[in-house]
Amino acid sequence: MATTVAAPRHAVGPARYESGIWSWLATTDHKRIGQLYLYTALAWFLIGGFEAEIIRTQLYGPNGRLVSFETYNQLFTMHGTTMIFMVVMPLSAAFFNYLIPLQIGARDVAFPRLNAFSYWVFLAGSLFMNVSWLFRAAPDAGWFGYAPLTTPPYAPGPNIDFWLIGLQILGLSSLAAGFNFLTTIINLRAPGMNLMRMPIFTWMSFVTQFLLVLAFPIITVAVTFLMFDRFFGTNFYEVAAGADPLLWQHLFWLFGHPEVYILILPAFGLVSEVLPVFSRKPLFGYPVMVYSGILIAFLGFGVWAHHMFAVGMGPIADSIFSITTMLIGIPTGVKIFNWLGTMWGGSLRFTTAMKFGIALVGLFTIGGISGVMHSSPPSDLQQTDSYFIVAHFHYVLFGGSLMGLFAGLYFFYPKITGRLMDERLGSWHFWLTFIGMNLTFFPMHFLGLDGMPRRIASYDANQGWDMNNHIATIGAYILGAATLIFFYNWFRSMRRGPVAGNDPWGAATLEWTISSPPPVYNFATVPTVTSRYPLWDMKSAQPAAAPRPAQPAGRVPTAEELGIPMPTPTVKPFVAALGLTIAFTGLISHKNLPILFLGAATFVATLYSWLLTPLEPEH
Amino acid sequence: MASAALAHSHAPEHAHYTSTGLNSNKIAIWAFIGSECFFFASLISTYLIYKGRSIVGPFPHEACNPPVCATALKPILNIPVTSTSTFVLLMSSLAMVLAHSAVVRGDRKYSKIWLAMTALLGSTFLGFQAYEFTSFVHEGLKITTNLFGSSFFVLTGFHGAHVTAGVLWLMTLLFIDIRRGLAPRDAINVDCCALYWHFVDVVWIAIFTLVYLIK
Repeated sequence: MATTVAAPRHAVGPARYESGIWSWLATTDHKRIGQLYLYTALAWFLIGGFEAEIIRTQLYGPNGRLVSFETYNQLFTMHGTTMIFMVVMPLSAAFFNYLIPLQIGARDVAFPRLNAFSYWVFLAGSLFMNVSWLFRAAPDAGWFGYAPLTTPPYAPGPNIDFWLIGLQILGLSSLAAGFNFLTTIINLRAPGMNLMRMPIFTWMSFVTQFLLVLAFPIITVAVTFLMFDRFFGTNFYEVAAGADPLLWQHLFWLFGHPEVYILILPAFGLVSEVLPVFSRKPLFGYPVMVYSGILIAFLGFGVWAHHMFAVGMGPIADSIFSITTMLIGIPTGVKIFNWLGTMWGGSLRFTTAMKFGIALVGLFTIGGISGVMHSSPPSDLQQTDSYFIVAHFHYVLFGGSLMGLFAGLYFFYPKITGRLMDERLGSWHFWLTFIGMNLTFFPMHFLGLDGMPRRIASYDANQGWDMNNHIATIGAYILGAATLIFFYNWFRSMRRGPVAGNDPWGAATLEWTISSPPPVYNFATVPTVTSRYPLWDMKSAQPAAAPRPAQPAGRVPTAEELGIPMPTPTVKPFVAALGLTIAFTGLISHKNLPILFLGAATFVATLYSWLLTPLEPEH
Repeated sequence: MASAALAHSHAPEHAHYTSTGLNSNKIAIWAFIGSECFFFASLISTYLIYKGRSIVGPFPHEACNPPVCATALKPILNIPVTSTSTFVLLMSSLAMVLAHSAVVRGDRKYSKIWLAMTALLGSTFLGFQAYEFTSFVHEGLKITTNLFGSSFFVLTGFHGAHVTAGVLWLMTLLFIDIRRGLAPRDAINVDCCALYWHFVDVVWIAIFTLVYLIK
């Protein structure tokens, strides 16, 4: 990991990071932690994608027998869990980390060591869950893990233990990061940057942090109940003891629906950064974009039971959740129109980032419309648990979240690496992704309406499902090829790409005023902000002399030369995360108390040592 | 006074300019408390949803007689004892306020006394809880017995764990106070601990009302 993300060779001045694996274990720099998140998430993206390819190969024709049905259950469970918790969320977290301090003119996040802790806990949780493959006991009850199906009588093996403990660890990571970024955005904005001057990505991230901080405790409780049921014999999901079989579903979706917006809002924010720059226009209706993001998050807590229309909650509950679900389409639609308004009449430049951005607007709209279709309970009863739902959420998650994240990756690649990504390969990547994505997921609408259920490991011939499954599988292979091109382009451009300079795109926000990659302290002097588009203001103030801020002559001064205090590198967050993981390992290995206490003691001791040591050297 | 304490805060992670002028630790604690509200709301809701759904006894407010229970069981909640422990916990919040006030005005003697008093009252509450849990188990209510047992012990147990963490925090502050003294510039750290402590107290008021008082 560490070796793949070394600073590019052209980097101005001396190596701004000390190298070696130790420097990565001990880093508290938000830019390095952002890259750790980025590369870890991309690695999981390959694994989660590989799982999807096996699934699609199995389903290519009727009576597929590539993998056993048990393995198939593990594959779709881990595909969903991986893509949600180990790809889209950490990719968003990579952007939170890398961009938020740069966009608000800060030197780092509010709690740099807590930030490192969040990353290491995330890595531990994702590894924990995937280690289950080695024991042939990967989680196999779907990413939603419905109890009572996940209680001991129905799931006796360790599969679900891996899932729920992994999820618990990942939740801790998200919560810690949420507190950190909320504080960062509230408290570390540069002078003059009031809330309505914040870049729109930071705004959407801000909203997302509220969702994280408020939704994750609910899943923590739901999973804790399941842990107690499985490890200590409580009755939370024990229907024979009088438990409500819907308790898990309510708690899970009360978390799960805000989670959907946790997955999409950062991508919305990224696209809202990309579209204005390549339209050479300010974002259309910035305040409305902000308010609609807040409204989506707020309504997002009131729609959870639309995942449960089929369980028979009665007409009143069904009507209420149907109405709130339709309502949430309004602020989402507002965003779509604002993006169109941003591009309307602009001088458009079709870079790869722009293509992915426009693709989000189109594809997310398709997913949004099928979403409104199953907001109506009678219609939903026809579609629920069918491939129509699979089509819907892949249009919003792949067509929405991932397209937005790809737009962000192409857009911010030069800021992160100092070099531009190859546009020709980028174009191949985009078109293959676009075609492959629609070939894979569009036929699933028809499969669903033709009655093909979700999560089946195999199907019989002569049901009229063969052709659409052929097409979907071919689309999935095209997506796989596109992804390989992306990775090739990524690492090739890191060495061969043209040097980007501070501001290769003519962008407007603070991160583009500093060198690429940015110095460890970000801003030599903390900027004072007077508008939403500080860099465009600077350019229009001196149009002839400097159409773009030039690459700084010579080398970028170090933090010591500027007298900027930097945090002392420390491995304590890493050790604390390790202790936590050891404690959870003790829990899963037959409640092995010595290991449990060893881990807990390591965690607490490290935490004390960390909290009692100042962040920066005493001065 | 408080703002002077903030300005001279040497707490490490936020020695610089902040947008709101508030200390970052304090904002993070507020965010944490917001999150904890949803945590306890989920636990309390589950308790209330499962109220009266247990198939076997003991029950919280009702007696359980054969044939539902093998032997006759009295209602299990002991309101007078828990009222006493609730009073103890409420008083600990008062001690916490006095401890913070002593640190703000630089009163080395009373800061130690009130920090120790807060930790002591918190520990007393935990002692009551240990007594309550033990006597419930003796009366036949275990975490595995019925829905009431599961939801009651997990809810109040998590609250007790929060009180334990708070007592450890208080004892750490007391330890620092004894070792080097807490100056007014440390008031922000005591303030964060106090916010957490009062929150845990407020949660208990909700639990006491909803679980113990309402039949």
